[in-house]
Formats: sequence, structure tokens, C-alpha cells
Amino acid sequence: MPSLKSIKKRIGSVKNTRQITKAMKMVSAAKLRRAQENVVAARPYAIKMSEVLGRLSGNVPSDCSPLIQRREDSNKALLVVVSSDRGLCGGFNANLCKAADRFVKERKDDFSEIKIMALGKKGNDFMKRRHGVWKSHANILSTLNYQTAALIAQEIIDGYLEEEYDEVHIVYNEFLSVMSQEVTFAQLLPVTPPASENEEVEPREYIYEPDQAELLAELLPKHIEVQIFKTLLETVAGDHGARMTAMDSASKNASEMIGKLTLIYNRARQAAITKELMEIISGAESVKG
Amino acid sequence: MAEKLKLELVTPYKKVLSEEVDEISATGKLGEFGVLPGHAPFLSSLKIGEFCYKQDGVLHSMAVSWGYFEVEDDKATVLVQTAERADEIDLERAKAALGRAEDMLKKLDPEDKQFKIYEAALDRAIIRMQVAGKAVRK
Repeated sequence: MPSLKSIKKRIGSVKNTRQITKAMKMVSAAKLRRAQENVVAARPYAIKMSEVLGRLSGNVPSDCSPLIQRREDSNKALLVVVSSDRGLCGGFNANLCKAADRFVKERKDDFSEIKIMALGKKGNDFMKRRHGVWKSHANILSTLNYQTAALIAQEIIDGYLEEEYDEVHIVYNEFLSVMSQEVTFAQLLPVTPPASENEEVEPREYIYEPDQAELLAELLPKHIEVQIFKTLLETVAGDHGARMTAMDSASKNASEMIGKLTLIYNRARQAAITKELMEIISGAESVKG
Repeated sequence: MAEKLKLELVTPYKKVLSEEVDEISATGKLGEFGVLPGHAPFLSSLKIGEFCYKQDGVLHSMAVSWGYFEVEDDKATVLVQTAERADEIDLERAKAALGRAEDMLKKLDPEDKQFKIYEAALDRAIIRMQVAGKAVRK
């Protein structure tokens, strides 16, 4: 039986923990709203971009831009792992890292080499131990802006053009809702043009300025930028969402534990009082007798 | 003409404009162009430059950076990386940026990778000041 004092100390420490987890939850909830707004705000841009890309790439020879052309002997790949910088957010980063790890193992036979680019600290730490990281960017999420995404995109494109790798895949947590994020794989390069939905309806005569191929060549790098920006935004939002849920359940667990400990404490106190009473009564009896 | 153009201007951060306008003019890669209602389907990339639209007789102007412009069925869509209304521009900051870019350009070799970046910064600053200047005159 632990002493009264030690139980009391435990209760105090669990209470402290609960205070912290509660505060973290509040902070995440507040940040989540902002992040969510950003995700929604960026959506129209991304949608319009792929609409135009779909229309443009429909009737253009695939050799007009190296970014769209499939390389015949693709044997080196780049995997971009987009994770968050901080832990304490449930399985958010762990699931992502596991999926990335699986990808590398499964596709080992298809490629002679899989390079890894880690965005975010957690993914970097994990992949560094397992497979080694080619390039990494950490601590970009807290002050995320479009320029950062553009620079990363440029780096990826440069490496691709220098034939450091022949295919680029990205793995990230898609933000479905506050409660659920899903690990998603996507191919960044070569660009697979999004199929335009109503292309059969009427192929319209467009005036292009400059010509179609040139426009497309200009648009593709921007498309990559937007994709990167989008995944980063979704990661930020997902990170806060996951942390919020994780901290919520942590606070609940702490409350439950405090309840249990209080019960034990009260029982121990009661037992001690009873014991003392018995001692007094029996002492009195013996004096009387 | 009674008809109007539906203009939508989006950046990665937000939808900036969604309005009915009478006339649009912008700087394309091959030069300036204007669009009136009833324009044929048209797609062009935009340079760093001025973007104007006329609404109820008032001319609004904005400073935009790289993007593209599309018009179809009197619906104009503009995707740009940044767009600032004349009254949003911080003239002091633009001037400072101009000075910085000029200094860097003097130092750098035109072959340098950085040269292009600063050239773009210079263009942006100049356009910002131009557009902001118009707001003041009004």
C-alpha cells in the first residue's frame, strides 16, 4: 500500500500533465482553424490550375517539355516525405513514416536507387536512421508561405532535369477532416496531366499567347509548386488536427486517472482513520480494565 | 455594351476578386492586351505588371506577379502568385526593395543565378510603385 503522501504527489503530477495537454489542445484548436482556412483558400487556385493544365496538355506532343515526358529507362526515384516538425500528435507522423518505409521496401526492385527528400523534422529523423536522406528541409511549416514551396519545387525540378532521378513521388497526410488524415501517395514528376472531364463535349478553339507548348512549359513548374504548397498546407492542418485529437484523449485519460487515484487516496485515508480509532479504543479499554 | 465580364482573380492564399466588370487590361508575356465582353476564348501567361479592370466607369488597378489569364464565354479567370490593390501597397517597402535590388544587380554578374531573381524583384518593385502612384493621384 503506497503511503498517503506519495498518492497525493501522484495526483498532483497527473493534474499538472492534464493542464499541459489541455493547453496544447487549445493552442492546436486555435491554430487549426487558421490552417484549415488556408487549405480552403488555396483550393480554387489548385483546381483552376489543373483545369487549365488538362486543357492545354490535351493536344500537345509529349516532348514539348521534359517535365511531362516519360523517361523510358526510369531507374532512379525520389520520394518526398512530408511530415510535421513536432511530435505529440498521435500516429500522424508514425503512420506516414511507416508508409514511406514500406514504399521504399516494396519498390526496391523497380528502381536502382530511391532517394529521399524529407520535409519536416520527424520524417527526416525517421528516414535518416532507415535509409539515409538526400536532402531535407525542417522547420518550414510554422512560417509557411508560397515562396518556400516554390523554392522546394525548384530544387526538385532542378534535380529532375539533371537526371538525378527519373520519377518523383510524394507521400503526405491528406487532410480529410479534423479527426481523420489519410496517408496519400502521388506522383509529382513526370506530370500526368489531369484528364479534363468534358473534353468530348466540344474542343474549343483557343487563342494562345505565346503558343500552346510554350505556355505548357511555363505552367508545369508552377503546377509542381502548387502541388507542394498544397501538401504543405494540408500537413500543417493535419498536424494540428491530429495533435488536437491526441491531446483531447490524453486529457481525458488524465482525468480518469485522477479519479482513480483520488478513490485510492480516500480509501487509504479512511483505513488510516479506522486504524487509529481502533488503537485509541483498545488503549482506553485496557486502561479501564 | 450591356454585357459584362465575370472576373475571378485567385492567388494561392485566397480568392481576391470575384466581380462583374466592363473591361480588363493586363500585361501578357507578348505585350499588353485588353479584353472586352464577347472576346474569343483566349489564354495567355502574364508577366509581372499592372492589371486593370473597369467597373462602372471606375478604373481599378493592381500589381500582379507571374500568372496567367484565361477568358471563355465572358468568364475571365486570372491566376497569379500575388496581387495587390493600389491602396494595399506599402510604398516605403517597395522603394526599399527597389534600392536593394538595384544594389544587388550592380554587384552581380548577369550570368549569376541570383541575377534573375533580383531582376524580378526589381520589376516587382517598379510595378508596385507605378500602381501605388496611381492610387495617390486619385
